[in-house]
Amino acid sequence: MKEIKVLGPGCARCRTTYNNVLQAVKESGLEAKVEKIEDIMEMMKYNVLSTPVVMIDEEIKTKGRVATVAEILELLKE
Amino acid sequence: MFNWVDQFSDWLIYHVFNVAEDSSLGNALDFFVYDTIKIIILLFLIVFIMGIVNSYLPIEKLKNYLQTRNLYGLEYLFASLFGAITPFCSCSSVPLFIGFVQGGIPLGVTLSFLITSPLVNEIAIAMFLGLFGWQATLIYAVSGILLGTFGGWLLGKFNLEPLLSEWVKNILKAKQEKLAYEGKDNRPFSQRLPGISKEAWGIVKGVFVYILIGIGIGAAMYGYVPENFFEQHLGSGAWWTVPAAVVFAVPIYANAAAIVPVIQVFVSKGVPLGTAIAFMMATVGLSIPEGTMLKKVMTLKLIGIYFGTVTVFIIISGFIFNLLL
Repeated sequence: MKEIKVLGPGCARCRTTYNNVLQAVKESGLEAKVEKIEDIMEMMKYNVLSTPVVMIDEEIKTKGRVATVAEILELLKE
Repeated sequence: MFNWVDQFSDWLIYHVFNVAEDSSLGNALDFFVYDTIKIIILLFLIVFIMGIVNSYLPIEKLKNYLQTRNLYGLEYLFASLFGAITPFCSCSSVPLFIGFVQGGIPLGVTLSFLITSPLVNEIAIAMFLGLFGWQATLIYAVSGILLGTFGGWLLGKFNLEPLLSEWVKNILKAKQEKLAYEGKDNRPFSQRLPGISKEAWGIVKGVFVYILIGIGIGAAMYGYVPENFFEQHLGSGAWWTVPAAVVFAVPIYANAAAIVPVIQVFVSKGVPLGTAIAFMMATVGLSIPEGTMLKKVMTLKLIGIYFGTVTVFIIISGFIFNLLL
């Protein structure tokens, strides 16, 4: 099971990214645990300078921009 | 570039809607249609171009550069420029702030970044460009960047680190070396474009209502406030207009999109341009939502010092503009 984390302090772009992740997971039919990290202290542990960030299995996949549903679907296939 | 917009709005108001030419109502409507179209186009273009720049901006490299090189004081200017380019929102400004202090970049340099980030933003630039022309826009942008540079430098002279939030201080203690960052964006330009234009539209849509409100109020005032109204009541020699405008502007949080059209009418009716720029800077550069955001990384005392210093700097620049312009 894949573990997906979306990092972002609750801005509009972060919410869009989170929804895109949920949508992509649904479309892929994969089982995945999606977690939203909004706490800035928690976020800084992952060593990022710009959010939103999409992490899959503890690896940073996209950062500083809204990842599209299609893009996340591709990332999930890896 | 915008002649056709002018012709279109003339045609729309005077021929399609058949409003009498040179009437107050006609002027106000013409002004409203022309400005709205022009500003929407400019705003989209600028947000779009900045989106492309930001998509390719290697922020990690720039941060590491600031962290490892001795730039002989130029680091303040560099950080301030960086703040001007990057958008100001909680999704990037706070993580960048932490990243900076974490990397051992002096707090003063970090504050240079933080001062300029909201001050010089694409919405303010587009509105200024549309309503005041490129000279005033250039003055606004350059002075905003210089204000960040010197403001950060001055704040850096004081020992402010103890006034950071407790958890940020803990990060400072465990200073890290040059960090490697994952998640490099390898997409080609063609794949980046849809996302960038979508976000640009999102921003334009988000401020559209404010633009309409701002230009609407501006247009109404433009047609009905008598010429030289403010000159008669304030006089360009009234030095106190600058601090009064700035102090009044700090607590109000108006979207740049709503405030610039109103300011433009003030200026056309005799408010000195310097006072107007200072007002604008205080409105967008300092605000209560920004204070709330900074509360995550700073104590209230530091926010107070930060806001106080920037306020004084904005007032001083207002005086300088009024002397020069």
